[in-house]
Amino acid sequence: MDSYDASESTPRQSTSLRPEDYFIGATFLQKRLESVRKQTSFIPTPPRRKIPHCSQLQEDVDPQKVAFLLHKQWTLYSLTPLYKFSYSNLKEYSRLLNAFIVAEKQKGLAVEVGEDFNVKVIFSTVLGIKGTQRDPEAFLVQGLTLSPRLECSGTILVYCNLLGLSDPSTLAFQVAGTTDTCHYTRILSKSQLPSENREGKVLWTGWFCCIFGDSLLETVSEDFTCLPLFLANGAESNTAIIGTWFQKTFDCYFSPLAINAFNLSWMAAMWTACKMDHYVATTEFLWSVPCSPQSLDISYAIHPEDAKAIWDSVHKTPGEVTQEEVDLFMDCLYSHFHRHFKIHLSATRLVRVSTSVASAHTDGKIKILCHKYLIGVLAHLTELAIFQIE
Amino acid sequence: MSVLRPLDKLPSLNTATILLVGTEDALLQQLVDSMLKEDCTSELKVHLAKSLPLPSSVNPPRIDLIVFVVNLHSKYSLQNTEESLHHVDASFFLGKVCFLATGAGRESHCSIHQHTVVKLVHTYQSPLLYCDLEVPCSWVPTSLSLLTWLAQGLSEWPGSQASAALTDG
Repeated sequence: MDSYDASESTPRQSTSLRPEDYFIGATFLQKRLESVRKQTSFIPTPPRRKIPHCSQLQEDVDPQKVAFLLHKQWTLYSLTPLYKFSYSNLKEYSRLLNAFIVAEKQKGLAVEVGEDFNVKVIFSTVLGIKGTQRDPEAFLVQGLTLSPRLECSGTILVYCNLLGLSDPSTLAFQVAGTTDTCHYTRILSKSQLPSENREGKVLWTGWFCCIFGDSLLETVSEDFTCLPLFLANGAESNTAIIGTWFQKTFDCYFSPLAINAFNLSWMAAMWTACKMDHYVATTEFLWSVPCSPQSLDISYAIHPEDAKAIWDSVHKTPGEVTQEEVDLFMDCLYSHFHRHFKIHLSATRLVRVSTSVASAHTDGKIKILCHKYLIGVLAHLTELAIFQIE
Repeated sequence: MSVLRPLDKLPSLNTATILLVGTEDALLQQLVDSMLKEDCTSELKVHLAKSLPLPSSVNPPRIDLIVFVVNLHSKYSLQNTEESLHHVDASFFLGKVCFLATGAGRESHCSIHQHTVVKLVHTYQSPLLYCDLEVPCSWVPTSLSLLTWLAQGLSEWPGSQASAALTDG
């Protein structure tokens, strides 16, 4: 491996590769391969990756926040580095983003019928979701609803004051027979007035993180904050509005991160390789058969312990996963299926992989189920995001 | 015989034959149609095969160019190609074989990494052409490239009349 580094030089990379950086594996290799292929006819080497270790979360992680990130379907985006982003200005950013959202909604461009337009945005950092000390801190953006009754209660109190009555409940009896104001006061008297600081329901969540993003961090100057992975949960229109604000403010670019079948099979192998105490879900694969007139989906479910047994029989090098092992693992599944159904699954497209650790869909949707391997899964996704950016 | 050899048969007059080996029937048929529409003064014959070895009932004429088509969306086509390569004589690889990789445009559908195919092609020291057979406008440039390679392959073997005719056409 080291001899290849000596032979070619990529102008962007100023530091040399250390052996412990090789677990980042495919990004460096793929980048080098692109440059190598242009210069010389070199035989490319297959990528290797390290199996994620469990409990890599650092001590200062808030378990409640981590639990909040699990068991949710996230849509993935890759994000170019943010220009002049500062962790100390988060309140300022919340304020600006709130104003922007209000302006956008008033413009009427992103109208969803029946949706509550009162959304308040909060920025917060999530400590501990990082791979190395160099990685920037992850931060979370949440869109909370403001209760509509807060506004109504404001106007009704004004009515009460104008009429000179201190007790709203008496109003109902004295002005019976008049119009709607009567109804509002009746509702108020029955229930408690909500306070200003009440937390609304979380409508939309997005978080930015970077795990083992050394290859990107090295190439970028000090003004930029590298958080290449963005995960969003919530309405598409909100994601679009918030994305536009970020793009305008920090001169960055979002692009949806699709996971191709090749990477999905890598994820399947790596997640099956993870040691688990107990399995919460079966290992499931979904293939899409490209045939006309309608597409056919094949779903293949395996007991997770059987999948682990297959993996253990295939796996040779401890602590590392190689391309051959991934191919062999998938070939075992394909040949078993072929023996029973005479269908070549290798001619179809892998669309979804679901294991006890996490589940991923080719459209760029991911759900992480196990907190132990959260960092490992995010590291793999960060790698894909960085590869897409580059 | 299970192995294809380049000089097994006598060349036919004013004819060149291409053998396309690949699992994607429908796409290959479209490519073949566009190749046959090209103007050539000599005759061009195109044979399609799913895999090698060719069945014993088929008796093809002398083959001047073998094109192995690998669909990057399907691992099965790569495995099929690798198995078929064993049934081709080594002397074919001196300019009479080329590889066609289709589907690289849609990255999200790819099941095979590009450098797997590049490694294969490098092992066999043959040219590799990328195309997208699902896109109709790529058929004409792909067929022109294949015909150019065919002409080049033929011109390296002295005494073939077809090569001169093809380069004119």
